[in-house]
Amino acid sequence: MYPDNFRYTKEHEWVSVDGDTGTIGITDHAQSELGDIVYVDLPKVGTHLDQGKSLGSVESVKAVSDIYSPVSGEVTAINTELADHPEKLNTEPHGDAWLVKLKLSDPAQVQNLMSSADYQSYIGAEK
Amino acid sequence: MRYLPKSDSERREMLAACGVSTPEELFEHLPEAVRLNRPLDLPPGISEYEIVQYFRDRAGETALGYASFLGAGVYSHYRPVMVDTVVSRGEFLTSYTPYQAEISQGTLATIFEFQTMICQLTGMDVANASMYDGSTAVPEAAMMAVRATGKGRVLVSRGVHPEYREVLGTYAKHQGMPVAEFGYVNETGGIDLEDLERKMDDLTAAVIIQSPNFFGIVEQVKAAGEIAHKRGALLIVLFTEAVSLGLLQPPAEADIVAGELQSFAISPSYGGPYAGIIATKEKYMRQVPGRLVGQTVDSRGNRAFCLTLSTREQHIRREKATSNICTNQALIALMATVFMTVYGKQGLRELAEQNLAKAHYLAGKLDRRFTGSFFNEFVVRAPESVNKDLLKKKIIGGLPLGRFYPELKDCMLLCATEMNKRADMDVLAEVAAIKPQPQEQEVIA
Amino acid sequence: MIEKVTPHITQNEPLLFERSSPGKKAYQLPELDVPPVDAAGALGAENVRDGIDGFPEVSEVETIRHFTRLSTWNYAIDYGMYPLGSCTMKYNPRINEQVARTEGLAWAHPYQPEALAQGCLQVMAHLEAALMEITGMDAVTLQPAAGAHGELTGILLIRALLEKRGNPRKKILIPDSAHGTNPATAAIAGYAIENIKSSETGGVDLAALEQAVTSDVAALMVTNPNTLGVFENEIVRVSEILHAKGAMLYMDGANMNALVGIARPGDFGVDVMHLNLHKTFSTPHGGGGPGAGPVAVKKVLEPFLPAPRLKKIGKRLAWDYKRKNSIGRVKAFYGNFGVLIRALAYILAHGGPGLRNATMDAVLNAVYIRKQLEPYFDLPYKSPNMHEVVFSDDRQAAKGVRTGDFAKRLIDYGFHPYTVSFPLIVHGAMMIEPTETEGKREIDQFIQAMISIAGEVESDPQLVKTAPHLTRASRVDETTAARKPVLRWKPA
Repeated sequence: MYPDNFRYTKEHEWVSVDGDTGTIGITDHAQSELGDIVYVDLPKVGTHLDQGKSLGSVESVKAVSDIYSPVSGEVTAINTELADHPEKLNTEPHGDAWLVKLKLSDPAQVQNLMSSADYQSYIGAEK
Repeated sequence: MRYLPKSDSERREMLAACGVSTPEELFEHLPEAVRLNRPLDLPPGISEYEIVQYFRDRAGETALGYASFLGAGVYSHYRPVMVDTVVSRGEFLTSYTPYQAEISQGTLATIFEFQTMICQLTGMDVANASMYDGSTAVPEAAMMAVRATGKGRVLVSRGVHPEYREVLGTYAKHQGMPVAEFGYVNETGGIDLEDLERKMDDLTAAVIIQSPNFFGIVEQVKAAGEIAHKRGALLIVLFTEAVSLGLLQPPAEADIVAGELQSFAISPSYGGPYAGIIATKEKYMRQVPGRLVGQTVDSRGNRAFCLTLSTREQHIRREKATSNICTNQALIALMATVFMTVYGKQGLRELAEQNLAKAHYLAGKLDRRFTGSFFNEFVVRAPESVNKDLLKKKIIGGLPLGRFYPELKDCMLLCATEMNKRADMDVLAEVAAIKPQPQEQEVIA
Repeated sequence: MIEKVTPHITQNEPLLFERSSPGKKAYQLPELDVPPVDAAGALGAENVRDGIDGFPEVSEVETIRHFTRLSTWNYAIDYGMYPLGSCTMKYNPRINEQVARTEGLAWAHPYQPEALAQGCLQVMAHLEAALMEITGMDAVTLQPAAGAHGELTGILLIRALLEKRGNPRKKILIPDSAHGTNPATAAIAGYAIENIKSSETGGVDLAALEQAVTSDVAALMVTNPNTLGVFENEIVRVSEILHAKGAMLYMDGANMNALVGIARPGDFGVDVMHLNLHKTFSTPHGGGGPGAGPVAVKKVLEPFLPAPRLKKIGKRLAWDYKRKNSIGRVKAFYGNFGVLIRALAYILAHGGPGLRNATMDAVLNAVYIRKQLEPYFDLPYKSPNMHEVVFSDDRQAAKGVRTGDFAKRLIDYGFHPYTVSFPLIVHGAMMIEPTETEGKREIDQFIQAMISIAGEVESDPQLVKTAPHLTRASRVDETTAARKPVLRWKPA
């Protein structure tokens, strides 16, 4: 469920790294808390993101949640499919419904994030 | 008290169930320091008849029985009887905001119709379920433009209603949104395009104009739009006389239309309550403040309506909301909806044509200050003594402009609608045509 | 066992545009008594529209049927109780509708000469005075059009005063139990928001407050009684803590229905507050508005009130525009005068003793409901409640039924739901406010309904989770409405 090669944040985002490219998304726990996702607000390509700062938001009918960037870098791609199919975030949060790809400015930042096991005990504790 | 439905015995039963014998005991937990230890200094309650009498007496000290040629943002139009019939239904009058869609389909359907008709009237794609009024719709539209463009500055025409500009100023001051004004052409009364061009820059989020403007002049919306769009600003077009849209081209070049619907069967009522609107293009939909009603289906697959895109609003987004607004003027918007239905496609045009005819008849007899084309309002040169003389004949004349435009202190703003009789217009023209010299005035006094 | 309602045949009705066909009319204008004017000639051909595409054309009979049929799809106070917490859905007296339509008042133009507006000015002066007495404050403005509008006005007043003193400051403290308009308003007024946690009894945590009030804090926005229906017993101390640091106390007056005639905010340290005339003072909600949000202030804030202000010149009243410290206008003209008339009529009908009695009945009704429902629902905050009570859905959640589902099943029993999921500090909140205009019978039926549904949660939770079942429209798909918004009718 929570891929081992992802890193996780306390705010329920994940990041996966391939060289100096990072892919960011929200976790299955996050989408389940939000309910049916109706809209995603993403940054423009070229935007610089800072670790821990808001990169956009995810909306359900009754709630909206900021998405905080797990790492710093420059946005190279955004998942435009989500504009027409926000519901994919409910079904594929760890796969097809990634949010943004970015060129990492500091790949070492990933070290400080939670592993899959740590994240799972974190959400287990939250309950 | 007739609104309290408990009998004494019922009250005693309920008190007993609460474990007390007097209602005062329910307040014993309040700290002594906060309690009001005396009765309120207000007279005892009065009967229904006395209440009616009280307000009748107040009405006796108003302009009851006078004809009026005042416009300036609030217009005298006939209110079809059906409007009050519909809004007096308890299901519309005494119902709550339609958060529970299953038992609010009546309200939701009428708001959906309202939103549709406003789009049809203004030529925009999306309209909200109304704002407090036209004056507060202006800063809301400006804040929308700031959010949409990421720029901070706003340019507003002096032809926009002066009190609307004041409200914009109050909101803008605390948003860190600088507001600058551009002028009107002395001869025509329309916006000074050169002045606008000069004051335009790349930091401007919106250019705000009103058409017809405060002087009644129809503005060059297209030209203003070109200047705004060239520099990446949005064009906000405002209207205060909704009936004008029965005849005038809707502002296609506008990015946001804001306006006041008081003309649509909303009583002037000394300044409120009214209903404002914001309408816009599809791409700005998520920036719209206030309530929005959307179409959907229920679990049985039948068409149904509900409040939607609520995540823009205060109760969810809290400090990041598009606005702090909680209300929509639902009952007032419903009055406008019934009005638009009663008149319909043909009627609204015919009504506007009548307004045009009445105003042009009157203007033809007077000394117009501006040469621009006008709908049902216009500015004339006339001394204040004209109004004094008209009052003696139980006619309220125009609005002297000196209080808002010192350079126009020898002028007044007149409005003629379908409610103004030819006979009264003839009297007004007669009185205004007599321009007494100062010494003549003294003799008359 | 559902006592209050029986399913019934209601008429179907399309949208106006679906009823429309060219040539149908519901109007007739009088003959023009002046010569007609050619529009293209007068306005320029390019300024004249072709027609209003899609605008309906229906007959008078169809108009009346259309709106009447739609109205029957609504619940309303005239049908029964709305137990909505913090909304104060009390009876809307019909006499108020009539007097608001008194011709000289309803047709008054805001720019008519003051000599011909004395009646209107007297109404406003009378209401200002009554509200001052009720709130214990020194001055009132009737200009704001709604509660949130009043909140904004109030915060702007605070900013203006602090600016005059040299420093407008940067933040506003807001309890985590606050209504969403509070933080939204503070943001529009240019302040940052800092949340203050509530204590275990649900009030403002004094220790947290002492810590949080720095010289950067402009004000605390408090609701009293708070959104749990509990009186802030430490309110005087709260005001002292704020005032000691030069900060101000703003009170959201949404819950005034618990205080009128009993306690006055001006007496317990509030500097500025707004009132909701459409709550405490019975003006109708009308499906979502209009309202009015007068703001009452202590003397120190009076110079900053929106212009113009009412003043007396001998026996006459007039508008005073010479207010150089005013924050400016928050709305064109003078306020929602039509709503003000209704509120004044309400005050006149009750009078001083009547207003106090109304408050006492409002609290009695809410305490009675609490006592009857306590055995069945989790009550997270045990302090004495006033005009409203907040339960949580914890017990029902154990069976998978949340407050929103429970509320939908209440509809089948013939009631509008209580306030769902607010305040946020209560998990799965069920906020109930009956108001004083509910009699024992209606309240007992409500209590029976709540208890019956609590039983259904145990025996047949699915029934509750998929409610309502008996309404014309069943649960609507809000998700699709938000994913693919359709905000207007379009021809096929």
